[in-house]
Amino acid sequence: MSVQQVDTRNRPDLRALFLGFSSVGLSGFGGVLPFARRMLVDERQWMTAEEFNAQLGLCQFLPGPNVVNLAVVVGKRYQGVAGAIVSGVGLLAGPFVIVLLLAMLYDHFGSLASVQSMLRGIAAAGCGLLFGMAWRMGAAIKDKPAFLPFTVLTIAGIAWLRWPMPFVMLGGLALSGGVAYWKLGRQ
Amino acid sequence: MSLVIELFLEFGLLSFIAFGGATALLPEMHRVVVDNHHWLNDTTFTHLYAIAQAAPGPNVLVVTLIGWEVAGFLGALAATLAMCLPMSVLIYLLIDRWESFSGKRWQKAVSLGVAPLAVGLIFSGASLIGRAAGFGVGGWATIALVLAISQRWRGLHPLWLIAAGAAAGLAGLI
Repeated sequence: MSVQQVDTRNRPDLRALFLGFSSVGLSGFGGVLPFARRMLVDERQWMTAEEFNAQLGLCQFLPGPNVVNLAVVVGKRYQGVAGAIVSGVGLLAGPFVIVLLLAMLYDHFGSLASVQSMLRGIAAAGCGLLFGMAWRMGAAIKDKPAFLPFTVLTIAGIAWLRWPMPFVMLGGLALSGGVAYWKLGRQ
Repeated sequence: MSLVIELFLEFGLLSFIAFGGATALLPEMHRVVVDNHHWLNDTTFTHLYAIAQAAPGPNVLVVTLIGWEVAGFLGALAATLAMCLPMSVLIYLLIDRWESFSGKRWQKAVSLGVAPLAVGLIFSGASLIGRAAGFGVGGWATIALVLAISQRWRGLHPLWLIAAGAAAGLAGLI
């Protein structure tokens, strides 16, 4: 979408992009995409809900961190290359610094028994949340008899047989995407 | 310096297959960082995952922590850039043409086809963390409880569960 088409909405400058995405980066725990939506659509109204969904399409279609991809797309839309860079950096800079401070604390205190047991507890909770996320994403798949077998194959390949992920993904995508292509053709 | 370059190349390669984001990459990152290069051991890997869970920000920052532990500040920067930059450039170039692809049969087929694989990757990531941490009965009971609670009360902020996990860990239950 070109820049000229969007001047009916609030058009952020570089500073606004940086601050907006910084607030998104710092507000979320375990995924910030919902916060990005709230900032872009509800609070600052840089785009409508439909525009947000359309832009998110490519960000989720391509691999990589979806929310970083989204920041690049939104930044480009309003301020070109500079906007894309500023938005991406704004999103990551704050959390980057926080995580490094935590890493330094870990380097100093990570050998303490109490810190180790606390981190074990957090890892267990995080692991439960991950299983929950997989469960919800699996439940959202529409044609389960056709597609859940590919989930099982991915788990078998990655978690059980420990095959390298690039091969599993390429093979899996060829099969699963092939089934999807065939099914779309029959509709 | 060569370690920083190696990190950049390894994570840059991984970024091309990160369907489902950094979380889906956990098993492959573990293979590269722990099994292949022996840059970290299982315990440190689990700890870094835990720190990333407890910190604000996008999930991709677990990569920053791994980079830091392997090669210091430059490692953190290299790993983070490697994970974000290739797709950012690609998406910058592709977004203007996206409208013309969207709705095409092959595009829908890829979107539909990737979803079940991403579910499998995230499930594998969860089971990998469980294995790498070497959880006993207490750990797996906590995992099951967190899973049940997060499914039952969807609106509950995950930070509460993380905090409860930390408390249970400190109490020596896990």
